Amino acid sequence: MGLSAFKRALWVFHVATGSCNGCDIEILAALTPRYDVERFGIRLVGTPRHADVLLVTGPVTRMMAERLRRIYEQTPDPKAVVVVGGCGSTSGVFYESYNVVGPVDRIIPVDVYVPGCPPRPEAIIDGVVKAVAKLEKLGAKV
Amino acid sequence: MEGLGVFGQAVLVVFLGGVVGLFYRGLDRKIAARMQARVGPPLRQPFLDLGKLLVKETVIPKTAVAWLFSAAPFLALLASFTALLYLPLGPFGPVLEGHGDAILVLYLLAVPALAMALGGFASGSPLGVVGAQRELVMLMSYEFPLAVVLVAVAWRLSTFGLAPAFSLGTMAAHPLWASLGPLGVIGLAVLFVVLLVVTPAELAKIPFDIPEAETEIAGGLFAEYSGTYLALFYLADAVRTLVMAGLVVAIFVPYGIAGALGLSGAAAAAVDFFFWLFKVFFVMAAAVTTVRVGMARLKVDQIAQGFWLWGTAVALGGLLLLVLDKVVMG
Repeated sequence: MGLSAFKRALWVFHVATGSCNGCDIEILAALTPRYDVERFGIRLVGTPRHADVLLVTGPVTRMMAERLRRIYEQTPDPKAVVVVGGCGSTSGVFYESYNVVGPVDRIIPVDVYVPGCPPRPEAIIDGVVKAVAKLEKLGAKV
Repeated sequence: MEGLGVFGQAVLVVFLGGVVGLFYRGLDRKIAARMQARVGPPLRQPFLDLGKLLVKETVIPKTAVAWLFSAAPFLALLASFTALLYLPLGPFGPVLEGHGDAILVLYLLAVPALAMALGGFASGSPLGVVGAQRELVMLMSYEFPLAVVLVAVAWRLSTFGLAPAFSLGTMAAHPLWASLGPLGVIGLAVLFVVLLVVTPAELAKIPFDIPEAETEIAGGLFAEYSGTYLALFYLADAVRTLVMAGLVVAIFVPYGIAGALGLSGAAAAAVDFFFWLFKVFFVMAAAVTTVRVGMARLKVDQIAQGFWLWGTAVALGGLLLLVLDKVVMG
């Protein structure tokens, strides 16, 4: 079966590491009837143990850094990380803030960045799909 | 089916049960999506999910009781498939007919719930433990109304001198509706409704999904399960849905249509089998899918109180009506 099994059955876990909730609302919008990501087999799950993709939003605050690392470790392989929004990608307006330890890629390895403040649901779906493509390329190499 | 021998039949039923169970899960998700004005996942989505879970890494947490944590999914799956073997499949009797009765099926239906609770307790996660406790609370509350339904039907069958009354095969072969007075029919209808309400609770679907409750206890029982073990639970859940709906059909609507169409032999068996599949689907769509789309999650105490007080009272009322019917009809 291999990694191609992931193409149409991605389970997504949503981690908010200090975001303003703008991106979180856009992620929810992607689940609503209008965008309906379930038709691509994408499902939001309640625990990182079930997840294939981590959707991380927001700049990483000092308190969340350790939690984010743990959630990443808890997710079973193979997995992908998608950063949603400008804050997670670059720290955005919180750049060099005293309680922010930096963008997500300073804490855990990131596969895909979805820029925007907040990004549109289409962009988020596109990001998740790109993450799958990356997983598959990884599988081809191994 | 007769030419295969018990073992061959069992293998066939287990294989078909798994495939049909997963396919029905796909239908369930599709219908739920259509009800919410969504397109919904393709019908083969459960197969894709299962295939994906099988290639994922299977994590056993360091704090878990490893052997119990690993044994629970196998126990749940085995019990679900075994219950399927005791179920009358439309025109075909149960594969293991005569090797166990309806009481055994009742226990076999409780085993997956117990296995999930054991897995939750063994997972070493507080969320898993909370989920397991909730599962046990729910198991204890819906089991009594469920037992009352089975006992009432079996008792009324035995008053007609039909033996063995406690066999699902007998219940399916002699539907009670036509042989009861008006009081009895009302009583039977009440019991029918009770069983339909117990069905989503047995399967831990909304509004009775407190043991999983993704938004409050992060998947509860399954919080620590991943990869292959999660896939086994996924399959067990699909098969259990089939068994529960099949139980409702066997006790209350075991009718076939082949006789009315004037068919006989293999054609009759085929038509009745597909009609049985349709009835099972209809029960699932009515008692599980529609309810889960239309309702929100109930609280733990609402479920416990609802089943202990109202569920029990209504089920006993149905039983009482059947008894009165026996007294009146003689």
